[in-house]
Amino acid sequence: MIRASHKQRGFLAAILHRLSGIALAIFLPLHFLALASALNGAASLDRFLAITRQPLIAALEWGIVVALAIHMTLGLRVLLIEFFDFREKTLVPISVCLAAAFAVGFIFILNLG
Amino acid sequence: MTATDTMLAVDVWRGAESGSFQQFAIPRRAHQTVLDVVTEIQREHDGTLSYRFACRVGMCGSCAMVVNGRPRWTCRTRVSDVTDAGGMLRLEPLRNFTIVKDLAVDMTQFFDKWKDAKGYFEAGEQPAADFAVVAPATPERQAANAGIECIGCGVCYSACDVVAWDKDYLGPAALNRAWTLVNDVRDQAGDARLAAVSGTSGCQACHTHMSCTAFCPKAIAPTYSIAGLKRTVLRRGLRRIM
Amino acid sequence: MTAVLFLAQRATASVLALAVVVHLATILYAVRGGLTAGEILGRTHGNVGFALFYGMFVAAVAIHAPIGLRNVLREWTPWRGRSLDIALALYFLLLLALGGRAVFAVFSA
Repeated sequence: MIRASHKQRGFLAAILHRLSGIALAIFLPLHFLALASALNGAASLDRFLAITRQPLIAALEWGIVVALAIHMTLGLRVLLIEFFDFREKTLVPISVCLAAAFAVGFIFILNLG
Repeated sequence: MTATDTMLAVDVWRGAESGSFQQFAIPRRAHQTVLDVVTEIQREHDGTLSYRFACRVGMCGSCAMVVNGRPRWTCRTRVSDVTDAGGMLRLEPLRNFTIVKDLAVDMTQFFDKWKDAKGYFEAGEQPAADFAVVAPATPERQAANAGIECIGCGVCYSACDVVAWDKDYLGPAALNRAWTLVNDVRDQAGDARLAAVSGTSGCQACHTHMSCTAFCPKAIAPTYSIAGLKRTVLRRGLRRIM
Repeated sequence: MTAVLFLAQRATASVLALAVVVHLATILYAVRGGLTAGEILGRTHGNVGFALFYGMFVAAVAIHAPIGLRNVLREWTPWRGRSLDIALALYFLLLLALGGRAVFAVFSA
């Protein structure tokens, strides 16, 4: 039986926010290392970018872009509740956050081509 | 045992931290509350069952326990609202409390945290010269009123994930009470209370899951009280630095 | 978390809100038709505005991420206390160092 507190929308938002944050925290040092390959010249960075074109890596890249968007939008929701006394009454705010995040992900895929 | 249209299958926690569920078959009755069920079990089936109740009319909060995964007042919970035709009822003691026996929990830590958060009125060194004039429509009084009806039943504390994850977290009830006092213009605790609620496991530890607000039987919103504390602590702190 | 950590995290969150919007918009624009080093470096090389923006971005995230991780580790694992704080301070330095190096790399390449 799933306890009732874990079926609340606030819990879902908090878990998505937390998991996306963990993913980003793991990703960031790798991201910085990848970019720093430019120190060895543009060709070095290009070699790395070629890896990101593999389907699995591209999918993970999409995941990180969506994670960043989710973390930001849900984080804005928290800031609104904490600092602007925002009273959430329905699922709408969280839905808007997630919709915007997945819209970003969608545009990302479209632009990757 | 399978429940039927006329019989409930009731799983009741027996024991303390370790224990097991014991099942009882209880007839469904019209307008039955979960408290009626627990009482019937204890009087007609197993006199060794331990549970708490007092007013049985939704005023005291003593009968709070976890019913089918959610903390609620059993005297104000209709069986028909929490069971379907399947008729399964699962009764557990409140989560995040030390279990004394069966469905009764130890409220000591809950009220100790209330004290740690300075959830009590501070009259100050000098008694007030005259009655305080507190206009009901002021923002402070409205903020205090929004949280003042708390009777310390523990439902919010039981529902809170941060309490489960951090044993030192003061919890929604204690922080909500502190917020009402921060907004009480007669109170003299001042910065001492703000310091009390903003330690390592104070108001900043709240992650706005909002289960407390969803489940409070008095429709209090501890989440927003805690948000108020977060803002007030920051404002007071920033003013000190600047 | 303490009031100081809370303030640092929420303040950097506000900074990051803007920075991330800019970064996501940049990403969505830049990946059109595929991403090459030449394209990236063509825009970042010698670009002081870029370096300042992303330098600030790195500083903000270096503060923001460890504080968030601290909450996660304290609440979801038994790890807490001084050793956790030291580990996270090291993570802060790691992000600052690697991030600064990355900004420098694409600025000077």
